[in-house]
Amino acid sequence: MLEPINVSLESLNLTTLAPMLIPIVGALLIIVIDTIKGGLDKTLYVVLSMLFILMDLGSLFNASDVFSVSGTMMGAFDVMLIDGLAILSQFIIVGASLLFIPLALTHKRFHEFSYPEFFALFLFMISGFQFMVATDNLILVFVGLETASLALYTIIAMHNRDKSFEAAVKYFTMGALAAGFFSFGSMVFYALTGSVEINQIATVLAANNYVDMGYVLVGTVFLLAAIGFKVSLVPFHTWAPDVYEGSSAAMAGYMSIVPKIAGFIVAMRIFEFLIHSGVVWLEIILYAVVVITMTAANMWALVQTDVKRMLAYSSISHAGFVMAAVMIGTTQSNSALFLYWILFAFTNLGSFSMLWISRQKSLPDYQSSDHSYSKFAGMIQTSPVAATIMTLFMLSLAGVPPFALFWGKLYMIGSAVSAGYTVLALIMALNSAIAGYYYLKLVVYMLMREPIDPNGGDVYSGNATLALKTIIGIAAMGTIFAFVAINPLLEFVTAFVYNSGY
Amino acid sequence: MVDHILSILIFFPVVAALFGVMIHKDSIRAYGITVSVIEFVLSLWMWFAFDGGVAGMQFMESVPLIPAFGINYTLGVDGISIFIIILSTFFTMLGIASLGEMKNIKNMIITLLMLQMTMSGVFAALDAIVFYLFWELSLVPMLYIIGAWGGPLRIYASIKFFLYTFTGSLVMLVGMLFMAYFYYQATGQWSFAILDWYRLILPENFQLWLFAAFFMGFAIKVPMFPFHTWLPYAHGQAPTIGSVILAAILLKMGTYAFIRFSLPLFPDASVFFMYPIAVLAIIMVIYTAMVAYAQKDIKQVIAYSSISHMGIIIIGTFALNVEGVTGSIFLMLGHGVVAGALFFLVGVIYDRRHTKMMADFGGLAHVMPRYATIFGVMMMASVGMPLTINFVGEFLSLLGFFKQSQILTLLAGVGIIVGAIYMLAAYKKIFFGQVTHEENKNLPDVNKKELLALIPLVIIAIWLGIYPKPILDPINNSVETIVQLMHDKAQTHEAKMRIPSPLKDMAIPVSSIEEAN
Repeated sequence: MLEPINVSLESLNLTTLAPMLIPIVGALLIIVIDTIKGGLDKTLYVVLSMLFILMDLGSLFNASDVFSVSGTMMGAFDVMLIDGLAILSQFIIVGASLLFIPLALTHKRFHEFSYPEFFALFLFMISGFQFMVATDNLILVFVGLETASLALYTIIAMHNRDKSFEAAVKYFTMGALAAGFFSFGSMVFYALTGSVEINQIATVLAANNYVDMGYVLVGTVFLLAAIGFKVSLVPFHTWAPDVYEGSSAAMAGYMSIVPKIAGFIVAMRIFEFLIHSGVVWLEIILYAVVVITMTAANMWALVQTDVKRMLAYSSISHAGFVMAAVMIGTTQSNSALFLYWILFAFTNLGSFSMLWISRQKSLPDYQSSDHSYSKFAGMIQTSPVAATIMTLFMLSLAGVPPFALFWGKLYMIGSAVSAGYTVLALIMALNSAIAGYYYLKLVVYMLMREPIDPNGGDVYSGNATLALKTIIGIAAMGTIFAFVAINPLLEFVTAFVYNSGY
Repeated sequence: MVDHILSILIFFPVVAALFGVMIHKDSIRAYGITVSVIEFVLSLWMWFAFDGGVAGMQFMESVPLIPAFGINYTLGVDGISIFIIILSTFFTMLGIASLGEMKNIKNMIITLLMLQMTMSGVFAALDAIVFYLFWELSLVPMLYIIGAWGGPLRIYASIKFFLYTFTGSLVMLVGMLFMAYFYYQATGQWSFAILDWYRLILPENFQLWLFAAFFMGFAIKVPMFPFHTWLPYAHGQAPTIGSVILAAILLKMGTYAFIRFSLPLFPDASVFFMYPIAVLAIIMVIYTAMVAYAQKDIKQVIAYSSISHMGIIIIGTFALNVEGVTGSIFLMLGHGVVAGALFFLVGVIYDRRHTKMMADFGGLAHVMPRYATIFGVMMMASVGMPLTINFVGEFLSLLGFFKQSQILTLLAGVGIIVGAIYMLAAYKKIFFGQVTHEENKNLPDVNKKELLALIPLVIIAIWLGIYPKPILDPINNSVETIVQLMHDKAQTHEAKMRIPSPLKDMAIPVSSIEEAN
C-alpha cells in the first residue's frame, strides 16, 4: 500500500511557473478563438501574441524583483530553478520574441501568417525555451527543448517555399539526432550518479572524485554534441545555413538568437561544474570546438554569395565566440555572455529585419537568390536611409566602436584576458578582423558599386510597414546608443550572474 | 565654454553633419565651408586659451561611460596633441574649401565632417577605449571616401586599407585589455585612463609583449615597413581630398600613439626595441625613397616619399630623448603640411589633365609659372631644406638619434639625400625642358580657389621653418615631462642610460635649431 503523499501548496511555489504558463495560456486562447470563429485577420493574432508576451515580460520583472531580494528559488517539486541565469535568459528570450512578432505585419502577404496556428506555435515555443532555461533537471530541459524545437520545425515549414520544407526536414532530422544524443548523455550521467539534477550529479561526481572518468567523458561528449546542434557549433552546424536560407529572414534572425541563448544556458549549467572540476580534457575539447567554430565559420562566410547565408555563418561564428565564455567560466565571462547576446540580439534582429523588408515575391533575372549581394549594389544612391541603417548593423556586427556589439566583444575579450586565456583572446581578436571582411563586402556593395536598376530603390523597403520600420528603428537606436546602456546593463547582469553562483 | 572645448571640437562637426543631411545639394558646399571654418576658429581659440608653459594636460573633461569596467570619457590636450588637432581642423577646412566638382558632393562633405570628429577624438582622448573608439571609427569615413570617389581599383584599395588597419588595431585592443587587467591586479580597480596607466610600472617581460601588441596597431597605421603596402594603393586610388587627409592627419595617428602610449607605458621595452625599430625605420626611409625614384606616377612618388618621411618621424620618436621626440612631433606637423600640400598640388594638375603620369608632362614651368613656384617651394620643404618647416623636424629627430647611434643616423641621413634626388628628378620631369605634349600648351594656371588652399600652406611651411618657437616650446615642455616619466620608470640600467633625464641634461633644442638656421 502506497502512502499518500502530502505536499503543501506553498512548498510547490507555483509562482515560479507563472512566466512559462502565460504564453501557454495565450497559445490555447488563440486556438480557441480560431475554433470559434475562423478566418480572422493576422493583426488580431499578432496583437494578442504581443499582449501575452508583454504579460510574460511583466511576470519576469516580478521574478527578477523577487530574485534580487530573496535569491534563487526552487519550485514545483524542486524541478524549477529560478536563478539569475534563468531570469536573464528569459528576458532575452521574451524580449527578442517581443521584437520579432511585429515582423509578421508585412506589407506583402505571406502564407504562414494567415494561419493562427503560427502564433499559437510561436507562443508554445517561447514557453518551451523558458522551461529549458529555468530548470536544473535534465528531463525538464529535454521536455522544454523538444516542445520548443517541434514548434520551431513546424513554423519553418509554414513559410511554404520549396526550400522551407527542405529546411524544416533537415532541421527536424538534425534535431532528432540531437535529442537522441541529449537523452543518451543524460542517461549516462543518471547511470553514474543516480540523479538527473545537475547539482546532484556534480555533488556525486565530486564526492567519488571522478573515478568513472571514461563514462563521464562519454556523457559529456554526447551532451556537448546535443548542445552543439542547438547552438550550431562546428562540426554540428551543417543544418544552420540551409535552414536559415529556407526560412523567412525574420525567422532566421529569431533563430539566430533565441534558441541559442537557451542552449548556452544549458551548456553553462552542465559544463560549469565539469570545467571547474579540473578535468583537463574537457577544457581541451571545448577549447578546440570554440576555436574551430569561430574560425571555420568565418572562412565559410567569406565565400558566400547570399547575404542571408553569410549572416547564417556569421551567427555560427558569433556562437563560437560566446561559447568561449562558457568555457572560460568566470563570473566576468558569464556576464559577458549575457551582455554580448543582448547586444547581438539588437544588431542581428535589425540586420535580418532589413533583409526581411527587402524581401521580394519574385526575383528579377540578375538575382540568383533572395538576398544576393548584387541586390544591394548601389543602395546608397537609390535608398540612402536604408543603406545607412544596414551599414550601421554591419559595422556593429564587425565590432566597430561605438556600435553595440563592440562593447560585447570588448568585455568578452577582456574576460578572456583576465582569466589568463591570452591566446584565446588573440584568436578572438583576429577572428573579428577576418569577420570584418565579409561584413565589409556588403557595405562595399551598398556604398561603392553602381546600382543595377537606378530606379529600383523601393525594392529595399518593399515589404515595410510602420510596424517593421519601428522594429528596425528600435534595433538601430539600440545599436547606436548602446554605450549609454552598457553600464547599467553590465551591473544588472553581473549582479544576477554573481548571485546565481556562476 | 572653453572648459569643454574638446568635446565641442569633437561633436560640433557631427551635429553639423547630421543637420547637413537636410541641406539642398547646391548649397552644401557653402555649409561645409562655414562649418569647417567655425571648427577651425574653435581650434584656434583652444590654442589661444592653451597655456604653453604648462606641461601637463589641459582642458581635461571626464564623464563616466562604463565605470563598472573602468571606461570613462576622458579628454585632454597637451603640447603634443594640440597642434595636431589644429592641423586636422585646418586641413578639413582647406579640403572642403578646395573641393572640386564631383558627384555626390553632399555625401562627401558630410563624410569629411564625420572624419573631422574622429580626428579630433583620437588626439584628444585620454582613455584608451575612447581613443580606440575614434581610431577605429576614423576608418569608416576614409573607407567610404576611397571606395566611392576613388580610381578604378578603389574597392580593392579601400578594403585593403580597412582590413589592414582593423586587424592591427584588434591586436592592440587585446593589449589595451591586458593593460587594464594589470591595472586591476595592481590596484583592484579597472581603468583604461592613460594617465592612470602612466603610473604603472610593469615587469620587463610583460612590457615586451604589450609593446609588441600595441606596435601591431600603430605600425600598420604609420605605416612602417613591412606593413606599408596598403598605403600606396590607398593613395593611388583615393581622390585628392582623401590623400590629403590621409597623409596629413590619419597617418599621424600612428606616430602620435607611439608617443602617447608606447614610450611612457613601456620605457624598458622601448629601449629594448629601439634598435630593431630604428633599423626598420631606416629600411623604410631608404627603401621607399628608392621605390619613389622608380615611380612613373607623380602621386605614387609623393605617397612613397610620405612613407619615407614617416620613417624619420619614427627614428626621432625612438631616439627616446627630448630632442628626438620633440623633433618627431614637429616633423609630424611639418610633414602634414608639406605632404598635404603636395597632394593638393597633384590634385590640381590631375583635375586639368586627368593623368598623373610624369611622362605626360614636361615644361610646365613655362605654362603654369605660379603652379611651378608653389610646387617648387613645397618640394624644397619636402626634402628638408633649411628655413622650411621639415628641416626643423628632421634636424631635431636626427640630432636626437645621433645621441643613440651615429652610424644609424648617418644611414638615415643618406635616405634624406635620396629623397632630394627623387624629388628633384620628379620636378625636372614635370616642370623643366620643352613642352612636349600639345595638350599641355594651354593649361590654365592655378585658380583662386586653389590658391586659397595653397597659399596658407606655403606661408606656414616657411614661417614655421624660420620661426618654430611658438610651436616648439609647448611641444618641448610636454615632451620633457614624458621623457622624465620614462626615465623615472625605467628599471634596467641600460634603459636609465638610454633615456636621459631632461632635468639633468638641459640641452634646449630650440636654441640649437635657431643657431642652425
